[in-house]
Amino acid sequence: MTAVVEKRPPGERPTTKAKASSIGRPHAAWALPGVLFFTFFAVVPMALAVYLSFTSWDGLGDPRPVGLDNWQKLLDDPRMTQSLWLTVVLTVASWAFQTVVALLLGVWAAGRQRNRAILSAIFFVPFLLSSTAIAILFYALLDPNFGIIQKDTLGSQSGAFLAIVFVGGWQFIPFHTLIYQGGARQIPEVLYQAAAIDGAGPYRQFFSITLPQLRHTITTSTVLMVVGSLTYFETVLILTKGGPGTDTAILPYLMYEAGFKTYDFGYASAIASFLVIAATGLSLVLVRLTGFGSMRSTREGM
Amino acid sequence: MESNRGRSFSRRWFLGAGTASLATAGLGTGLTACGSSGGAGGDGKTLTAFVYGDDAVKVQQAAVDRFNKSAAAKKAGGTIKLQKVPGSDYSPKLRTAMGSPSAPDVFFNWGGGSIKAYEEAGKLVDLTGIIEDDPVLKDGFLPSVLAAGDLKGRHYGIPMRGMQPVILFYNKSVFTEHKLQPPTTWDQLLDINAKLKKAKITPFALGGSDIWPDLMWLEYLVDRIGGPEVFRRIQDGDAEGWGDPAVLKAAELVKELVDDGAFGSKFTSVSYVNGGAPAVFAKGKAAMHLMGSWEYSTQLGKFPDFARKNLGWAAFPTVEGGTGDVRNVVGNPTNYWSINSRIKNKDLAIAFLKECASQAYAKDLVALGDVPTTSNASELLSSAPNPEYAKFQYDLVAKAPAFTLSWDQALGDALGTKMHTEIGKLFAGKSSPSEFVAACKGLK
Repeated sequence: MTAVVEKRPPGERPTTKAKASSIGRPHAAWALPGVLFFTFFAVVPMALAVYLSFTSWDGLGDPRPVGLDNWQKLLDDPRMTQSLWLTVVLTVASWAFQTVVALLLGVWAAGRQRNRAILSAIFFVPFLLSSTAIAILFYALLDPNFGIIQKDTLGSQSGAFLAIVFVGGWQFIPFHTLIYQGGARQIPEVLYQAAAIDGAGPYRQFFSITLPQLRHTITTSTVLMVVGSLTYFETVLILTKGGPGTDTAILPYLMYEAGFKTYDFGYASAIASFLVIAATGLSLVLVRLTGFGSMRSTREGM
Repeated sequence: MESNRGRSFSRRWFLGAGTASLATAGLGTGLTACGSSGGAGGDGKTLTAFVYGDDAVKVQQAAVDRFNKSAAAKKAGGTIKLQKVPGSDYSPKLRTAMGSPSAPDVFFNWGGGSIKAYEEAGKLVDLTGIIEDDPVLKDGFLPSVLAAGDLKGRHYGIPMRGMQPVILFYNKSVFTEHKLQPPTTWDQLLDINAKLKKAKITPFALGGSDIWPDLMWLEYLVDRIGGPEVFRRIQDGDAEGWGDPAVLKAAELVKELVDDGAFGSKFTSVSYVNGGAPAVFAKGKAAMHLMGSWEYSTQLGKFPDFARKNLGWAAFPTVEGGTGDVRNVVGNPTNYWSINSRIKNKDLAIAFLKECASQAYAKDLVALGDVPTTSNASELLSSAPNPEYAKFQYDLVAKAPAFTLSWDQALGDALGTKMHTEIGKLFAGKSSPSEFVAACKGLK
């Protein structure tokens, strides 16, 4: 199990294939459709949003340049501060809930029995539903007079937050379970056999083998969750509309409200640009902190 | 529109970069959409009309069908194409369309503040002269209703739907059972509340998660306490108007009601739109419901027995010491058609709008349970599904010295949305009456 292949410098192909014909090999032109698509549907709109963030535009007529006004407002707006805090709380709570459940479920589902495969497939169903449909479903279930829990769940900040975290978890845990299941199945069986011989029980095996072996999986899943939480929108729109009061008005909702309810597209674009910067920054930090970027194999030393 | 934009796959695949593209997908259309046929940039043969797509839209559809076959349409050389926009998406969809080459030629609106931005951007046809010169339009509608949608004394719209005053509805069987009469004064209202609570019945249904039902309470209280001038000042752009003592007093009465449990303990998560509040009311869990006149057709659709036998209605009570006239009404005088200034065939549009002043159009509205704002409406009301209710509504509006347009519509989307946020906080107990007033004064 020596890691010869992994230790080759990146980008260098094995020498045995160096003289092979260029036919069938990846060519820059192959990337063209993807690059074009990405340019038109991501880069151009993103540049447009950055441009709009320096203008005042109500959706009618032409955008009027206003310099840094919108960015200044972003710093001064008390609702922005509140939103940022709420977004952080939501992100952390969602991450904690989803990671714990998905990790345990994923490791459990990595077993090979037939019933687990079937159950795993069923677990996956919520992820296939549209977020909007899920939010509408839970909104009906949470109705204080006719729902299953006849309490004022969405009428208090804690209740509304728990509902959002739970509904988000219900939808995305299956996806992360799948990732963890895949990660857990990659862990060589010999490690567990060796640990068993040394007398390690299931808990010791979990904490000393499974968790460390899954660290890249955890990073991947975490980045997806964190960035996903930053763009969490439909559930908030449908379940709480940012309420009660402004208690669940997280950043994407504030952006929607600024753009499509008060028609302040300049300010909405500033919030959108801020979200892009925050999301990119956060994923870079996560990748750096976890050592994911150095591409060290979890199998080193085996 | 919004709901599709943040779908999870794009979140996962495009990660952070997706955020901006999603956010700007809607904005981009304003700049990049190519001219499509039928819009204001079209050939003038087919005019597009945007309309709020709810149940009442069949009246407009019938009018379009009738008009397209008429001699007037032939003479003006074209036809109208109706585009029904789902209700919750209406305002943002209209806004994005109006900034693009595929803008509608004629569009539904709420008059006043709801079209202010379009007027300022030079996108509306000033209809004042046209209405003055045309006997059909000039004499066709109640003058107060025609005026209610004005901007700076100029007409920009033709009334096209029923009147929608806000009415105090009550459950007759609950009232009979507890020997109650609909309140005519605020003290009576508080007295009734106390009796109902003792009987473990919530006094008022309220769809607090939508916020706009909360607003109706403030609109009426401010009017009864300080008269229509208080809000008129705010509507005219003086934010200091929020500092009027009537606003603070109204907010204090609201807080008393909330603290007293007049709306129950769960109203902040009850919705009107999804049927929660009407159901609570119809099933007798709440005894009264302050709501627009459409409550009748809502109940008729969902709980027909209740609507026919037990639905009662009354005017909003007076408040002791208040200076407002008890006959004043708040709500939506009606909806209007406005014309895009880039229209190619104005004569065709005007010819179509005259259809809304016709007897046939008014009859269709009455059949639907609406009370038209045409001057001939009163004679048609006997054929309404509930003539008694239609007559009550018509008299309420016809006799009202003032009809205050719903605040959110009068202020327009930008201010209206921010005001909603403050009202939501007041009702949810997140801000005190004085904090509410201070926050509203700061809105711009």
